[in-house]
Amino acid sequence: MSNDVWVVAEHARGQLSESTLETVGKGRELAHATGGKLVALLLTDDERNQINSLAAADLILLARRPEFREFTPEAYGGAIEAALKEAPPRLVLMGSTSVGLDLLSVLSARTGFACLDSCTRLDLRASQLLATCQIYGGKLFVEVALSSATTLVAVVPGSFAKPADQPSGRPEVRELTLPADLPVSRITFHRLIEPPSGDVDITKVPILVAVGRGIQNADNLPLAGELAEALGGAVCASRPVIDQGWLPLTRQVGKSGMTVKPKLYLALGISGAPEHLEGMKQSELIVAVNTDPKAPIFGAAHYGAVTDVVELIPMLTEEARKQGLKKAS
Amino acid sequence: MNIAVLTKQVADLVEGIEIDASGRAVDRDSIRYILSESDDHALEEALLLKERSQAHVEVFSLETGEVRDGLCTALAKGADRVVMILAGQETPPSNHAAARMFASVLKGLPFDLILTGVRAIDDLDGSVGGLLAGYLGLPYVGLVRKVELVDGAATVEKEYPGGFAAELGVKLPAVLGIQAAEQPPRYVPVTRLRQVMKTAQVEEQEAEPASEEPVSVERMYKPEEGAGAAMLSGSAEEIARQIVNLLSERRVTR
Amino acid sequence: MVPTSAQLGPVPGWAILWVVFLTAVGLFAWRVTFLIRLLRLGRSEKRWDRIPERIKQVLVHVLGQRRLLDEPLVGIPHVLIFYGFLVFLLATSSMLLQGLLPGIHVPSLEVNRYVAPVIDVFAALVLIALAVTSFRRFVLRPAGLQLTWDATLVNILIAALMVTYLGASSFRIVASPAESKVWLPFAWGLADWFARSETLRTNAQALSHVFWWAHVLIVLFFLAYLPYSKHLHLLASPFGAFFSRLDPPGRLPAPAPEGQRLGAERLEEFTWRELLSAFACAECGRCERACPSFQVGEPCSPRQLVHNLKVQLLQYGPALLKKARAATDGGEPALLGGLIAPAELWSCTTCLSCVEHCPVLNEHLSIMVDLRRRLVERGEVDARLQEAFSNLQRYGNSFGQSERKRAVWTQGLDFKPKDARKEPVEWLWFLGEYACYHPALQETTRSLARVLRVAEVDYGILYEAERNTGNDARRAGEEGLFELLREKNMAALEKAKFNNIFSTDPHVYNTFKNEYPELNHGRHPIRHHTELLADLLERGRLKVARKLSHRVTYHDPCYLGRYNGVYEAPRKVLKALGVDLREMPRSRRDSFCCGGGGGRVWMEEIGEAQSRPSESRVREAAALAGVEMLVVACPKDFVMFTDALKTTGLEGRIIVKDLTDLVAEAVIGEAAEVVQKRAA
Repeated sequence: MSNDVWVVAEHARGQLSESTLETVGKGRELAHATGGKLVALLLTDDERNQINSLAAADLILLARRPEFREFTPEAYGGAIEAALKEAPPRLVLMGSTSVGLDLLSVLSARTGFACLDSCTRLDLRASQLLATCQIYGGKLFVEVALSSATTLVAVVPGSFAKPADQPSGRPEVRELTLPADLPVSRITFHRLIEPPSGDVDITKVPILVAVGRGIQNADNLPLAGELAEALGGAVCASRPVIDQGWLPLTRQVGKSGMTVKPKLYLALGISGAPEHLEGMKQSELIVAVNTDPKAPIFGAAHYGAVTDVVELIPMLTEEARKQGLKKAS
Repeated sequence: MNIAVLTKQVADLVEGIEIDASGRAVDRDSIRYILSESDDHALEEALLLKERSQAHVEVFSLETGEVRDGLCTALAKGADRVVMILAGQETPPSNHAAARMFASVLKGLPFDLILTGVRAIDDLDGSVGGLLAGYLGLPYVGLVRKVELVDGAATVEKEYPGGFAAELGVKLPAVLGIQAAEQPPRYVPVTRLRQVMKTAQVEEQEAEPASEEPVSVERMYKPEEGAGAAMLSGSAEEIARQIVNLLSERRVTR
Repeated sequence: MVPTSAQLGPVPGWAILWVVFLTAVGLFAWRVTFLIRLLRLGRSEKRWDRIPERIKQVLVHVLGQRRLLDEPLVGIPHVLIFYGFLVFLLATSSMLLQGLLPGIHVPSLEVNRYVAPVIDVFAALVLIALAVTSFRRFVLRPAGLQLTWDATLVNILIAALMVTYLGASSFRIVASPAESKVWLPFAWGLADWFARSETLRTNAQALSHVFWWAHVLIVLFFLAYLPYSKHLHLLASPFGAFFSRLDPPGRLPAPAPEGQRLGAERLEEFTWRELLSAFACAECGRCERACPSFQVGEPCSPRQLVHNLKVQLLQYGPALLKKARAATDGGEPALLGGLIAPAELWSCTTCLSCVEHCPVLNEHLSIMVDLRRRLVERGEVDARLQEAFSNLQRYGNSFGQSERKRAVWTQGLDFKPKDARKEPVEWLWFLGEYACYHPALQETTRSLARVLRVAEVDYGILYEAERNTGNDARRAGEEGLFELLREKNMAALEKAKFNNIFSTDPHVYNTFKNEYPELNHGRHPIRHHTELLADLLERGRLKVARKLSHRVTYHDPCYLGRYNGVYEAPRKVLKALGVDLREMPRSRRDSFCCGGGGGRVWMEEIGEAQSRPSESRVREAAALAGVEMLVVACPKDFVMFTDALKTTGLEGRIIVKDLTDLVAEAVIGEAAEVVQKRAA
């Protein structure tokens, strides 16, 4: 049995995704601890820019085809399935992302390998691989022993730190031979839909005032705007606020929204669903305020307070103005 | 056009959730069930398709929790037929087992589209939609926020991070994991719901037994309250002052 | 000599009068029959019961003109014109009879020594009244009053009737002064003046006849024209008063019986009395002036609502009548999305002010709620309201919190309130969801618990078995949800043992009192906590340890005051505490709604209003000299006004306080420091 760890590399608009790099780092650690190799599985139309980012891998399995330019579940899935059946590794890691989630379950059903979603931790304890997954919106954690020969695991982005420095060596690149009889994909890529432009790019703003359900209604949003103004930042929000149409999609933080890493993330009235946390937990300083002391956001925050944000926000604004916090610009 | 919607009942987090004595599973007595949120969106998307292209919508649900209420709500919203799938077991099945059972019921039925929520809060071993597609050999797309039917194929929008989305063409039949319907799930007035409950025909159908437990849980635990965060206390004014002092000290805004 | 006995050309005058008379009466009768047939399009509703009470309504509201006198500038002239109308009904009838039957002796009221002076005086009074109302209508132009040709014409016609009557009388006197010995101050005055002119003197008899003819012809024209004009209210409103709703206003009429679609949006789905509202309405605009939503610029107008119903009825009613006979398609479009936009309905706070101020006793609210019911039936509710409904259905509270947490407020007490489900109590305290769940109100709830303990009141609560009572869900149009909640509450109440109920929430109070028939039957009278506190203070069960010296004003909650007439108890409590109570200009029956009723508290903001009702209200309170505190007795008021203080920037100027907290402060003395701190 192989002790190799595979990572399915994700790329968007030519660039490898951050979460792939994080997973490669963790996967390499586990593979080397068990005497296996870290294998990156790269399906792409043009690997030149991507291979350099995968220096931490021991081996890159490369499948280069024009149809791999954009992700489509069946073309990717068919190729990975074939590779998996050929030489099953110990662990296959992918992102718990729009890409990984389309692959994970289908592959599990097709190959018969076990699968796990929403993994936030991977440990090796007494030569036993353990995965910790969050369920019920982060209210419970489940520790699972990876006892089957091969397990497919979808990792929540942001769960592992991206390795600080890349190893100097160049990994071996091996072309993946795909079987000739791969069925034709029934899913075709039509076009990419860009987010509406013209708004503030919240990924580039150093100070974010983030609001969630606790803001109660749209009328209270200007309060958050004033606070952001007083701090010299911008307002962003969790999915419920966006779904209500109170703020444009460009202000959404979390899965299917933006991933942000500001100097300050002030989470006001956000309970902290995993989908939200993965988009902001790498912020430098997180201050969370919520009425529910059990809100998962406090697990990700550096500082927390339990109070009503609608009451608090104007006070914060006043205090910030009093102390002249805003950057002189 | 025939559409199947697969739904499941999950724990309502409003009511809290407890771990049982074994420390490896949820205490099922502590659970009050509610329709999984993204399944509700899948149903809504199916009903929108029905309104737009006269589709026939059937809703299937495993017999977990308050399934009868959930299926009656689906009928009241406009589903054409609802079916409760008898699992023949007490404990809620794993997603692998659930997908097997759905597959045994749906196999051979003339469905063009199978819609289900892209994920449920209690998903551990993958998602039912993807597993089912794998077992039935159908194409699967998840995180879908829009479905249009064009000449026997579906055109879907799949969400990506950063506000991006991809438009994909999918040959039918196919399984789609719905992230969000094009409009919020509709409201059913209580009067209509109660009328439906009085007269509704919830069909029951037995699934081929499946008891796959692909995951061995070592333990289950709750995150520590406020874990990680240093908690500030006092009145709202005091909290405001402390936060601003903190920002000032750390020179965050300079 | 009767003027019609003269020949007018080849035909006798009386013959011409007969022709005109029969034409006018025919037109009148034809139109009125048609209007009644239109009303009969509506669904049935029993309004023939309790005849003595109905007669009383007519006496008070038609003859007594009670609500018109709320606005004296227009009310007094209206009373004069109305009574002038009654007097002239008699006088003109007598003139007509004489004219139609010249050969028969009909008692002539114009020269009757008792009646004639009254007619004479009224003719002048009506002219003065018309001058006042015309001044108001054309010069002052109050907002909301529409300038229409119809109204102008009717004013001219009435004036012409008075002038022609006085003309006929005075020239008759000029022609034969000896015959007229009756005291007619105005006719005599005019006659003296006319008599100075030789020409007029000579032609006095003829002129008297000309005026007589003019008067009678105008009357007949008026008769025929009336049912086509907005002055139809003159005919319809007495019936409106007679057929008005006698049930308490807090009991919303039940929807159409089972089997019919819930709510209304087409003519046949309204009750006939609701349709009659359209004819009874004089478009006086009192409802608009009383409407908090209209006053702050929201798209809500009870007047426009009823007007639109009238337009719909006159436009599509005829086709519907034909359809009834010929079964052709009437093609009536739905009111919703047609003449009435959903936003107009959702902006109503159900404060009852329009209904309470309507002089013709129209029932705007039942029309409003019937339309809302249809919107709900179609699933057309905004996202927040939908969430509230779903939460009420699932958790029994709009906050979407677990029912197990309903008594979480008791955790801050050093004692545990009795559980009325487990042991018998004298009083059952039904809290209402705001008092239980709203973080800003839980301390007030605890305050009351402490006060009741001091007063040694034997009370208990239902803990997690209590549900929202459905008062506001019902008014938001979700009838089925109301019924569901009522069933659940009744099941819990039946298991509890208690003698009386009180509630801290006027919305609970209203619906328990008026819409939970099984609860009442006289067995469990419900009281509001202010009534209970007033009683405890009066009987010395509660003693004021320290008199309070704040200068305060008090806001009457809609569902306590206007709906149920509880105005005195809270004021008694305030008086007992020693505070200096100053009334706002809009108080008691005229109290201005906080904007949170009827489900509004759960909805998104509507339209681009200039401000909100709650903001208008806190400004009103803050404008009172030296008043430092706005005292409320409804949890929703507390929430709405506290929020409005922030948005108006009046936070430092005035504070909002629940009456309970003041009682606690005076009786226990514990909250005093907190109060001072907040005020400072």
